[in-house]
Amino acid sequence: MKRISSFRRQRIAGPILVVAALFTIATAFGVASALPNAQLTITSGTSTLVSEGKAIFLRSCSSCHGLNAEGGGIAPSLIGVGSAAVDFQVGTGRMPLADMSQQAMQKKPLYNPQETAALAAYISSLAPGPASVINESLSYERDGNAAQGGTLFRTNCAMCHNFAGQGGALTNGKYAPSLMGVDPKYVYEAMVTGPQSMPKFTNATISTQEKLDIIKWLQAANHEQNLGGASLGRVGPVTEGLLGWVLGLGLLIGAAAWLAMKAK
Amino acid sequence: MKTSQKVAGAAANYVDERTGAAKWLKKNLTKVFPDHWSFMLGEICLYSFIILLLTGTFLTFWFDPSQREVVYHGSYLPLSGIHMSAAYDSTLHLSFDVRGGLLMRQIHHWAALIFMSAIVAHLFRVFFTGAYRKPREFNWLIGVGLLTFGIVEGFLGYSLPDDLLSGTGIRIAEAILQAIPVVGSYLAFFAFGGPFPGTAFIPRIFIVHVLLLPGLFLALITIHLMLVWYQKHTQYPGPGRTEKNVVGYPLMPVYMAKAGGFFFVVFGVTAFLGAVASINPIWLYGPYTPGQISAGSQPDWYMGWLDGLVRAAPPLETHAFGHTISWNILIPGLIIPGILFTGMALYPFIESWISGDKREHHLLDRPRNAPNRTALGVTAITFILISLLNGGNDIIATHFHLTINGIMWFTRIGLFTIPPIAFVITKRICLSLQRADRDLVLHGRETGRLVMMPNGEMLEVHEPISDAQKWTLTQHQTPGALPAPLPASATVGIKGKIRARLNRANAVQIPAPTLSDLKELGEAHH
Ligand code: HEC
Ligand code: HEC
Ligand code: HEM
Repeated sequence: MKRISSFRRQRIAGPILVVAALFTIATAFGVASALPNAQLTITSGTSTLVSEGKAIFLRSCSSCHGLNAEGGGIAPSLIGVGSAAVDFQVGTGRMPLADMSQQAMQKKPLYNPQETAALAAYISSLAPGPASVINESLSYERDGNAAQGGTLFRTNCAMCHNFAGQGGALTNGKYAPSLMGVDPKYVYEAMVTGPQSMPKFTNATISTQEKLDIIKWLQAANHEQNLGGASLGRVGPVTEGLLGWVLGLGLLIGAAAWLAMKAK
Repeated sequence: MKTSQKVAGAAANYVDERTGAAKWLKKNLTKVFPDHWSFMLGEICLYSFIILLLTGTFLTFWFDPSQREVVYHGSYLPLSGIHMSAAYDSTLHLSFDVRGGLLMRQIHHWAALIFMSAIVAHLFRVFFTGAYRKPREFNWLIGVGLLTFGIVEGFLGYSLPDDLLSGTGIRIAEAILQAIPVVGSYLAFFAFGGPFPGTAFIPRIFIVHVLLLPGLFLALITIHLMLVWYQKHTQYPGPGRTEKNVVGYPLMPVYMAKAGGFFFVVFGVTAFLGAVASINPIWLYGPYTPGQISAGSQPDWYMGWLDGLVRAAPPLETHAFGHTISWNILIPGLIIPGILFTGMALYPFIESWISGDKREHHLLDRPRNAPNRTALGVTAITFILISLLNGGNDIIATHFHLTINGIMWFTRIGLFTIPPIAFVITKRICLSLQRADRDLVLHGRETGRLVMMPNGEMLEVHEPISDAQKWTLTQHQTPGALPAPLPASATVGIKGKIRARLNRANAVQIPAPTLSDLKELGEAHH
């Protein structure tokens, strides 16, 4: 909300709000029919946004993705990736890519929400693809089932992101990041677009309803209190073993040495 | 005399006249125990074992060792309505709906970790001081047995709740069983009573975990302690301590009071950890389903080195006579541990074969005075540590921004190169420490005070160390040289040559200063 109110004060807010409203209505429509999976394609009526997006694209993305987003030697084509991919990649600060290392790192986003929206509008004007969503349009609170989501998460995601969403290592220095504190909309968009080494989860593998279940479970895991004491990072027995040796046996050896000294 | 005292005296007399207990008690209660903090490591094992028995008994009241499928309706909402085994369901119930249940579970698991680390620390103490030498070889063997069964007991214990993490571990154990050539798949089929995971495994390991192995532990620990009692405890060298006496405190009251107090310290530390630090949060792992697996699945640390070895193994398989031999599991999962544990068990006998030393030893070695043994121990520890690191490779990779492949290659190369380097370095450090000891005895302690001689020469004042200290630093005997060089008949043939070579390596020592050294030096000074 805070972000929105500061956003409203800006001069260009007028047109943007119109677009945002359009987005909201469109997505709200989608949710009403239980589908943020509606392939939302922005064509007419948003041409200013598209051309604004194109301008940004030419400036900062085309060097890698090609002048018409057709892809180049180093970066894939963006035709048909949809606004969801752009919103996820730019919104989490992964794009524009800073260095060609193992994996696009999350950074502070370079573009503000409306520039991101413009880029997204431009890319989705090229060809239809999965649509971006906003947090408010994901009715996971109402429709999600956390327990079911947990099972789905353990089946589809835990092998990379760890049982509690703490993240994990993949081969060759790649890694699946921790999912703690990730906005619901980015969880959704990550699932539909499959960034980098992550597979794409189409509705055939995980239905929209199930995606909401997963998001609900992740939100619950985020806020889960540490039952049974300090959580030790929720990474399993490695930290437990370390604590057992250092604190457990350490304290006991300390006590033994102290007793032996006392006896002298 | 007060009446109460009279009654007590009469009762004691009554018992004594019929059992002769007084004589027995007098003999045993005044038995002397030497005192050193490292002698309490064995006690930590013992007390954490008792804590394991007590908390474990509590857990059995609620735990249901069954793989029957149920639907969860307990108070942990994120799992509500999920299908799971009764074992997992009852562990959740125990954690969230039984008063004190979670605390007991956590104390039990922390006590298990401390039990295992105390066993290992105790083993280090026994090894590096040479306490396993004649006549204590049997106790060493029993100890190796306790360590092995401890690892198995711990593994079975954390497999009981049938959660995703432990199920993954059982799956790996099954793979190791299956890797045994020819009979492997039958063995696995037999252990699981059918194809994996089946419904027979949890009930079976439950009986092994709560009855068979604890019974075995009780028996072995009893023999272990009876032997310590009967053979008397070893002691560190020092003035007045010989191979023939024991210097320390009488069992009653000093040792008993301390030991009793120490039990409560151990209990306090395990209870503290159980109260403040979560361990094995099975509700986060979810119930076991063969189709699921989590990133960063790890066993407890005492299995972690095995897992690390398995992870480091390159994929190697041969097909012969219709059987597949998975070397990548067989070698790290069975052959290497087999060699390590057999070597450990036989070590006292190997050492005495090399040195030709068949005497009894009741005075402990200072580790530096047995450079080969100390270096060998450090070598083995280095090997295990590198494997252990690789067992946690995924956690280490994400937390220290390294790559799994990098860690794996470090492990593959390091397992063969670093332990020998550790051997050489340790041996050198031991010899340097011996040299330092020799200097200390001959020249005394450096005081840092400088004096100027009349001729302008600056000299540092050395303060002679006490006679007691001198005794401690010079009492040891050079191991390889004793008793005398090997007889010529022992060095023929290949076996004899190897023995002679090892004997020579073992004999490398800085000679401890002798009385004549000291005298010579004294004459030079004056
Ligand atoms: C330095 C080169 C570089 C720059 C600049 C760059 N990208 Fe990328 N981008 C990449 C690479 C490489 C990938 C592929 C990453 C992968 O899959 O491992 C990628 C992937 C993407 C994807 C995901 C495609 C998919 O299939 O889901 C999107 C969307 C994207 N970039 C958008 C942008 C936008 C928008 C910009 C400008 C703000 C931008 N990129 C700037 C190199 C770049
Ligand atoms: C094959 C491994 C793999 C699987 C399976 C997988 N992911 Fe990912 N996930 C990744 C990787 C790798 C990234 C990082 C991509 C990047 O940096 O662009 C990622 C990124 C994400 C992100 C973005 C996190 C952030 O910090 O912005 C979310 C959200 C996410 N995954 C959710 C999921 C969910 C939900 C599932 C299950 C439905 C899942 N993932 C399954 C590997 C995986
Ligand atoms: C269940 C695990 C174990 C328990 C409860 C246990 C208990 C003890 C206790 C209380 C002592 C006497 C005090 C001491 O020296 O620390 C002792 C001595 C000894 N232990 Fe253990 N121990 C265990 C495992 C082991 C292991 C793994 C080894 C070696 C492989 C070992 C070898 C020995 C030896 C050789 C002695 C005699 C030491 C001496 O007299 O100096 N023990 N043990």
